[in-house]
Amino acid sequence: MADDHALTRLEPLVLVAVGGFAGAASRYAVALALPDALPWGTLVANGLGSFALGVVLYERHFADALSAETRLVVGTGFLSSFTTYSTFAVETAQLAGSADPVPAGVGGPTLAAVNVAANYAVGIGGVLCGRWLARWLS
Amino acid sequence: MNSVVLVGLGGVAGALSRHLLGERIDARTGDTLAVNVLGSFALGAVLAAPVGDAAVLALGTGFCGAFTTFSTFAFETVRLFETGERRRALANAAVNLAGALAAVWVGSALAAAVW
Repeated sequence: MADDHALTRLEPLVLVAVGGFAGAASRYAVALALPDALPWGTLVANGLGSFALGVVLYERHFADALSAETRLVVGTGFLSSFTTYSTFAVETAQLAGSADPVPAGVGGPTLAAVNVAANYAVGIGGVLCGRWLARWLS
Repeated sequence: MNSVVLVGLGGVAGALSRHLLGERIDARTGDTLAVNVLGSFALGAVLAAPVGDAAVLALGTGFCGAFTTFSTFAFETVRLFETGERRRALANAAVNLAGALAAVWVGSALAAAVW
């Protein structure tokens, strides 16, 4: 059936789209809920999202109980959209004073370097914690 | 339109574009690096261009934010490290950062020059 074939091809795209909507909207909601003097929203989203992606992707390695559809909607859709590299890069440049708008009052190369170190620490640390949880659950 | 919906709609386009690009670029040749550098260039340009708040939310926060990804980058860096490719893991961390920061600068300089 031609219709079945079209649906089979469309399904992954629908899953990624639904996850992408929820992930981007949730990241924005987190940023709105936190103080905006420093880029806390991106740091929290990158840490939580990396932890959850670590659980989802290592779960495949340890237990493999999740379906491919679940990994697509949660991993490729939601978590990859919830976390962001571009906003992290722009905020780092703004803190360093090399991109507009430069934050008023706070900033400087030291704070830009701290932002890089903090995002890398919560991202990589998050994946490692996620791996630990996936192993413990399996 | 509600600002959360604008960001969400941009996120749909960003996630789909990342997914479709990822199917065309081999992961070993750096599909995550490609989306992170391209998306950072675009976000730098959007923020420096004279566009309204709605466009910044949909194209910047939504599209560019969702097109680029920190979680996949972090996972791939950990995987490289634990499979013994430590030098490539460190290079991956450094090249994503340098590439994205340079792309932000080029994108915003280009947009500022055009407008």
